[in-house]
Amino acid sequence: MTTAEKYVTAAYCVVFALVLVYVLIMALKLQRLERDVDDLAARVPDEDADEETREPARIG
Amino acid sequence: MRSIPLPALAVSSLVLVTTALALVFFVAPNDQTLGFSQRIFYFHVSIAFAAYACFGCGAWQALRHLWKRDPRADLASYVCIHQGLIFGTLVLVTGSIWAKIAWGRWWIWSEDELVLFLVLYLFYCAYFMLRFSVDPGPQRANLSAVYALFGVVLIPVSFAAIRLAKAYFHPEVFTLHGPNFGGWILVTYCTAQASLLVLAYTLYRLEIGAKRLDGRLRELREALA
Repeated sequence: MTTAEKYVTAAYCVVFALVLVYVLIMALKLQRLERDVDDLAARVPDEDADEETREPARIG
Repeated sequence: MRSIPLPALAVSSLVLVTTALALVFFVAPNDQTLGFSQRIFYFHVSIAFAAYACFGCGAWQALRHLWKRDPRADLASYVCIHQGLIFGTLVLVTGSIWAKIAWGRWWIWSEDELVLFLVLYLFYCAYFMLRFSVDPGPQRANLSAVYALFGVVLIPVSFAAIRLAKAYFHPEVFTLHGPNFGGWILVTYCTAQASLLVLAYTLYRLEIGAKRLDGRLRELREALA
């Protein structure tokens, strides 16, 4: 492998590595967002559970 | 363009980049003057044009923000400039590697084309310093938009600087009469350019999608608190 070939390969590897790092950062961010959604979903009161615990209203 | 699903864009980017790499390394012939090192230019030039396109798009979105006061345009402008900076980093790195092969030095301060691109790059780095030194709100959006509009003026200066290269030879890909090459070199360059533009758009869509989701989650958290 000549010096020029080594440098050209290195240049393409740098491009690939930087794009890969960017995609990894975005993947980590999306994972964090997913955890936030789960956290918010857990804080929203469950409507079905509320209906089960609610006492039946007397009519008449 | 907005209706194209993100997975389809990601697959298109992957296919195009792979095709471009195959053409660069296995099909395109060696340049008579520059030899093997000329193969850097397929991606170096394409990445530079993708960076210019991102900065230009950032300026366009900034103008839209100032014109229509649309907060989505401010976010789009920010994401475009962020993408442009990533591609700008790649331009500097690949350019320096080529300079080391062709000129024997990583960087030459007396060369206008190198220094002007660095000025453009640092100008957009300062955009982030400005943006994050102001509290979120209309004032930050307006200041960022005006700054992004000023930055776009540097793009033609940086592009023209390659023609001003003096002491050291810097290849010109495009002349006033069109591209400076033909045959497989042109096909490879066009494929590389298309692949980098599609990749830039895919990354833009990915980042802006995550940012919008982040914003909506913050609003929901505040509403629930």
